[in-house]
This record gives sequence, C-alpha cells and structure tokens, in this order.
Amino acid sequence: MTAKLQVTDKVLLDFASEVGHTGPVAIEGNRTRWDLGGPGDADTRLLKAPTGIVDYVPDEMTVTVRCGTTVEELHAALAEKGQRTGLPERGGTVGGALAVGENSVHMLGRGRLREAALQVRYVSDDGQVITGGGPTVKNVTGFDLPRIMVGSLGTLGLLCEAILRTNPIPACTRWLQSESIDPFAVSSIVLRPSAILWDGTTTWIELEDHPVAVDAEQARLAAVADVHEVAGPPDLPAHRWSLAPAALRDTAQFGDGPWIASVGVGTVWAAQAQQVVTPDRTAQALAQRVKEQFDPHGRLNPGRTPGVR
Amino acid sequence: MAGLLSSVRKRLNLEPGAKSADGDPVVAELRAALSEDRVRYDGAERALLSRDASVFDGGVSGPVCFPITTAEVQAIMKIALAHERNIVPRGAGTGLAGGAIPLGAPIVVVVTKMNKIIEVDEDNRIAWVEPGVVNLDLTRYLHRSGFHFAPDPSSQQVCTIGGNVANNSGGPHCLAYGVTNAHVQALEVVLPSGEIAMLGGLDAEPAGLDLRGAFVGSEGTLGITTKIAVTITPDAPAVKTLLLSFETVRDAANTVSQIIAAGMVPAALEVMDQRITVAVENYVNAGYPRDAGAVLLAEVDGLAESIEIDAERIAQIGNDNNAIEVRTAADETERAALWKGRKTAFGAVAQIAPDYYLHDTVVPRSQLADVLEKIYAIADKYDLLVMNVFHAGDGNLHPLLVFDGRDEGILDRVHAAGSEIVRVSLDAGGVLSGEHGIGVEKQAYMDEMFTSDDLDHQNRLRQAFDPGCRTNPGKVIPIGHSCADIQALRKVPTGVWA
Repeated sequence: MTAKLQVTDKVLLDFASEVGHTGPVAIEGNRTRWDLGGPGDADTRLLKAPTGIVDYVPDEMTVTVRCGTTVEELHAALAEKGQRTGLPERGGTVGGALAVGENSVHMLGRGRLREAALQVRYVSDDGQVITGGGPTVKNVTGFDLPRIMVGSLGTLGLLCEAILRTNPIPACTRWLQSESIDPFAVSSIVLRPSAILWDGTTTWIELEDHPVAVDAEQARLAAVADVHEVAGPPDLPAHRWSLAPAALRDTAQFGDGPWIASVGVGTVWAAQAQQVVTPDRTAQALAQRVKEQFDPHGRLNPGRTPGVR
Repeated sequence: MAGLLSSVRKRLNLEPGAKSADGDPVVAELRAALSEDRVRYDGAERALLSRDASVFDGGVSGPVCFPITTAEVQAIMKIALAHERNIVPRGAGTGLAGGAIPLGAPIVVVVTKMNKIIEVDEDNRIAWVEPGVVNLDLTRYLHRSGFHFAPDPSSQQVCTIGGNVANNSGGPHCLAYGVTNAHVQALEVVLPSGEIAMLGGLDAEPAGLDLRGAFVGSEGTLGITTKIAVTITPDAPAVKTLLLSFETVRDAANTVSQIIAAGMVPAALEVMDQRITVAVENYVNAGYPRDAGAVLLAEVDGLAESIEIDAERIAQIGNDNNAIEVRTAADETERAALWKGRKTAFGAVAQIAPDYYLHDTVVPRSQLADVLEKIYAIADKYDLLVMNVFHAGDGNLHPLLVFDGRDEGILDRVHAAGSEIVRVSLDAGGVLSGEHGIGVEKQAYMDEMFTSDDLDHQNRLRQAFDPGCRTNPGKVIPIGHSCADIQALRKVPTGVWA
C-alpha cells in the first residue's frame, strides 16, 4: 500500500539526495534574515531549496509551492486570481519566511504566519523527504509537524515544499495617517484593521474591505480625529522586538532612535536591538529535546538556535 | 466500533482479567496529594470514565483524580512517574474518536474542577482560563464586554477548553476565524516528567520553537494543560444569516465552492441534507424546509456595509445554482432558531434510531459533491441509513450512520461502511480528520495517509515530550510505529490486573 502523501516529485527527491545523510548542511534563502539564531557554523554546506509553484487551486484557497520560490513571485501568481498569503514580502523566499516565522506587517488582517502552512515537506537529518500536516484547509490528522517547523530556522528539517493557505485580496486597501488619534483606541473604532502602526506621534492605519465599508470606517475615524489617506506604511527600522500588545504603552523601553510599533500585535521595529528575554527554562530544555529527536547528530543548520536574536 | 477497540486490545494482549479487590497502590499517595474525595476508585466512577462520547467500548480506568490546582496536577504526574503508571487527561469526555478512553489502566486526570476564568485582559485581547472551563461559558462571560471565544464545536455547551486544546477543535464559525490553534497564545502545561512549562506567550512572536503549536491538537499525549491564554474575538457589529434550500446536495455543494471561489470567506457555510433536516425539524422546529433536498446555512458577519454586499452575492450564487428559496433570518430569534437546529442535529437522530456513528473527514471543497454521492452509495451498499450535516465551507464532512445496535451484524456493516467513507475521502485528496482527531478510531488508517518515515517523525515529537509514552498511550500514532506505547500499555500495574 502506498501512502497518499508519499513523495513522488523528482525535484524534491533529488534535493533530498543533495542533502544526503552526513555532514553539516543548511538552506540558504535570500539572506534577508540570515543573522537570526546566531552565526551558523562556517563549515556548513549551503544548499538552495527547489523552486517553482507546483499547484495552485484558487477555488480551494491553497497553493503548493517549493520553498526556494520568492514570496514576491508567489504573490504575483496569486494576485492574478485575487489572492495572497500571510507571508511577509521583503525579498525573501517562501522557505525562509516559514523557517524564520516572522509575521507580516499586515498581520492583523492576514493572520499569523504560523497559521499559513497547511502541509510542509522537509528533508530530515537522514536525507528522507518527510510530510507533515495535510493538503486540506482543515486537518487534525496526527501531530502538527507544520507548527513545529515554522520558526525552527531549518534546525529540525530542511523545508523544500509547502502547501499554504491563501486569502482573498479585499476589493479595497487604504492606508490612513493621523497625528491626533489614540492608536490604542483604533481597534474599538474600526472592526478589523489590517495594521495599526505608531511611532509615538503618528499613527498609520490599514483598512481593507469593500470600498463602501472602508469609506464608512474612515468616516468613523474622521469623527474622532484628523485622518488623511497616504500611499502606504512608513519605513521600518532594522531591529525587531516582540512584546505583548499592552506593553507597547511603555515607549521608554525602545531607547533612542526611531521606532515603529504594531499596535494590537506587539511587534516593534526599533533602531536598537531588544534586550534578550529569558525564555521559560523548562520550555527551553524541551525545545532541546525536540532538536535531539529530529537532528540527533546536529547536522541541520548547526550554530543556529531558534529564538536567539 | 466496539470491535475495533477490542481488536486493538487483543493485539496488545490487554484484555483485562478480574480487578483486584485490594485496589490500587497509588491511590493512597494520590489521596494524600489531593484529598480523599477527589481521588475516586469506586467501580461506578471508573466505569463512567472508561469511555467517552464515541461509539467505542470502554477501556479500563485506574484511579480517577479531580485536581483543582496546577500543583495537584504536578503531584499526580510525579506519582505516576514514580510508579511508572500511565496518565489519561480528560475534559468533559465529549470526544468522538475515543481519545479519552483509558488504555493500560491509567490514572485518569479529570480537569473539570479546574474551571475558573482567571483573568480577562482586554488590552492584550486574551483570557487566561483553566482547562475545565466550558467553551460556551467563556463566551457567555465575555458577552457583556463585546467579545467571544471563536471556536464553537457543536458540543460547546458542555465541552471544555482544555479538551478543545487537546483536539484542536473547530466548529461552524472556524471557517473565517480559524480553529483552536489560531486562538491559543500560551499554555501552562505539566509535562509527563512532572515539570511545569510555559509554552508560547502573549508577545507577538514568542522566541524559540512553537511548542505551543505542537501541543495543541496532540490529543492529550504530550502532557496536561493547566492554564490557557486564549484570544478573545470582538463580536461583529452586524450579522446576516441566509438559509438557501436546494433540490440536490450537489447544488448546495457547488454553491459553497463558488462562494469561496468568488473571494468570500463567510463566517460559516453549513450544509444539511434532507434526512437530517427533517429530523431537526421534528426535534426543535427550527424553521428549515422539510421538502428541500439540502439546505445551506450561510452566515456573514462584519460591518453592516460589507455584509449587505456579501449576502447579496451569496444569494445570487445560490440562485445561479438552482436554489429553490433564499431566505434571510429576519431577526435574532429566527437566526438563533436556525443555529439551534444546526447544532442539535446529532441529538435529533435519536428519534430515528438509538445509535449513530458520526464520521469526520475533510475533502477538497471541489470534491464535496462527488464524495457525498459516493457516501450515499456506500450506505446503500451496506443497507444503512446515512445523513449528512457538514462544515461545507472547509470541506469537513460529517456523515452520520444511524442504526440500532441490537440488529444482528449491524456493527460489522457500520464499521465496513465507515472504512469505505474514510478511503473515498483519502482518494479524493482529503485527510482522515478535520476536528475529531485520531484517538483510537483512525489509528489504523494513519499509514494510508502518511509514510512510515512521516509517522516516525510524528513519533519523534511525541518522544521529546513523553519519552516513556505514558501519557494517553495507545492513541494517534499506530501501535507499530510507537514501540514505547506498547511497553507502557503492557506494563501491568500491581493490584489492577489479576
């Protein structure tokens, strides 16, 4: 009996052969977040993940894509059918976005990145192509390997293909800017903003819906503050912070220099790096046991540890 | 079915002998750690907790514990570890895949007394709850402040949020809002080692591996959650519920596919065939048409300005697919009646036959109509009555085989038909389960979907959390792929087995 999810794609099988089963190895995407997780070991063999959109079914709102494909290329193809994913567009690859696990600036509207992967395929420490999750938009069949792979920096397996959830692109997207609105009050004025960004003075709000609904939301905001339409979000400083949404009120912690906070989410882009947050020690030890199970010989992206900024 | 679990137990040499009259040696330790009255060992309690809401016959429960604090759960885990005893966590026992059935005479840890809503934090849009909080109780509690807990399984009046976490539960409104995983931000868990860990966090991107995501949906095999931070979702200011009736299930299914293809993600898209609709009408008189071949309950929520547009488009698509009638619920009373009908559908079948077996598979939306036709044919082949009520928007089928278990040989036919339903779903590009989980029900099918290497990797995740495989052993991963489970199940607790 052949399992339904048995991999037959020669491109993936060839990639698995390339990974092999000995020696330190990692995937190099477009290096947009290359420094995350610490410096990788210098003698690690770097491979490129396979590329290409394998199967796009707009009616199912799913797309099967090889992980070396850039997010821009993927989104260009999806946009032709009025769809997109929750992956951030910043010049990187699909596999890189999944391995890093960082949300898009539009997270409030497009969902967390960790929810985007329905199925993942990765090459294991011993050179096998492993499938986790499943092809449908809803699935609780077995343990949730896609969740543990997203954000694992390629330390548990080398991502080579994913089935992603797609979302419809709303009929209207509009960015508004205000110098007088309370950013923390925005989500009680409008229902589902796609982004609320704030630099301590100015607030940027992304609204997405039918044009008539966006007009109505804009009017509701205009009733309490001066707002005007702008082309898009501001440029984001280099360092990424992760805070609870309520913690954004304490702006002194962001230090000198410009910063942009994602209100309602808790992400901050600042000129200075976030101080290291000590994670739960038991969870850290558990993560280490997961690593030892998936990569007992320590050959997958050695030198990097998820969570180390 | 009953026979399935029996066969699993036979393979594992687990058929119980007579229970010792001396009781179980860990009971005294458990009572010292909790209290006399919250560690039960009487036959009635153990018999009650030997099964869940599934059709599977019961396992054998060891001592039954009702902890009220994290420290008590931790004490139970440590006692279990010291005595090499198995643990089975349990919420309200509403699971339909046998996930809470105790195998290997485990200590059963019932979390229903850990039922406090600890804190509602509107600034962070989360609520900290204990695992025994009933799903609908949280939504009722949040109602005054304009929020709700989005996952809404049909059992939401009784199922616990801890159970929702274990099963990654869904529900009709998960089409737009996502299943439980999307609504859990952090979990305090007691690991099988007895250690307490905080998985995930309230910050935007918690550092490290997503152990939270791995835990959700693990069916009680990775530990016991003792505190849960769930996302609270603002109530939509406007809701519109449409009832579309069709002559055929195919027209209803095609309407659903075309709504999604048109770029809409309604809050819910639920289909019922004529058989279940009539049963529902006889049961609660919800206002569904009895003469339609299928009905589609479509709900849009959001801004009043946008739901008007979406409701019109849905009605148009329905009309394009030969809708007999498109009706909008006139008020909240009518809307509530329609939903009451949908959510009590499974209770309604009791008037037809005393037993039912509710299946749960997912297929691509475009395959819905074809797969449903095959399911009706399978039921005919085995001379069984099948009803279909399902989350059409995400392709999640719930074929309901209705029968009288007293009929000679009927369980074999029900089981055979169920197997074929699972296989036609897999053949259509689907998966084994959309929200009920694997439990003991679908272990045997796991290697029809996954390769041996895939299952080995799932087992690696399990082993990282629970190297002894003592927490809810014998579930999810097929026995042959999980050797430690076999050892855990074969270990005979002193005093329990003759």
